[in-house]
Amino acid sequence: MTVVYTLVLVMLTAAAALTLWRLLQGPTTLDRIAALDVFVVLIVAAAAVYAAIYSDGSNIPLLAAVALIALVGSATAARLVERWERHR
Amino acid sequence: MGPTGPMIADVVSAALMLAGGLSCLLGALGLVRLPDLPARLQATTKPQTLGLLLILLGVAVNLEFENSSTLVLVVLFQVLTAPVISQVVGRSAYRSGAIDRGSLVVDDLGEAMDADSRAARASRTGQPPSPRAGGEPSGPESSRSVDGVDGAPER
Repeated sequence: MTVVYTLVLVMLTAAAALTLWRLLQGPTTLDRIAALDVFVVLIVAAAAVYAAIYSDGSNIPLLAAVALIALVGSATAARLVERWERHR
Repeated sequence: MGPTGPMIADVVSAALMLAGGLSCLLGALGLVRLPDLPARLQATTKPQTLGLLLILLGVAVNLEFENSSTLVLVVLFQVLTAPVISQVVGRSAYRSGAIDRGSLVVDDLGEAMDADSRAARASRTGQPPSPRAGGEPSGPESSRSVDGVDGAPER
């Protein structure tokens, strides 16, 4: 199982690196918002793998909270961008 | 349960988690490689949700019941919120002009916004308004969409 955990974590890390590249590259603010959203999903997935490795479910309620907070953040930022562009 | 029980659970869990990790990786690859924002939104929504779902399923096989039931809640939130985020970002991109309207095959939002702006212009210049305008703006939502069209770049 250790091999599987390592493989999954390596894949998630590679995905996070690609997402970070898009986050830094842009080109628009909305691209960055989408990239950040993916990043949050990857963090949730990695934290769940951690819970499986150590058979420790104590951080799993936090994952539910993070999944909900991601909606608030991304939706608010997207609406804000919409307003910026309109007043330009 | 014999010794095969835990082994089967391990194999199922490993397969699910590997498939989920691969799906997440492919989604991130699409986020980097795809050419424009609407295409990238596809890559951010579907492979990521599928990947998270598979990884959490694989993890849930290994954990006790109460933790697994919380994981179901995480999956539920993700499945509910991912389309909402994608839709809000996409609409915001469209209205702020980040999406090239010429590249769209079907453009329902654009047609609706064009009809709104024609009706608003007709009612402002005293022409008989088309049935969509209906005199006074019916609420904050409709007046906001009219403003949005007026702020759009003119040709």
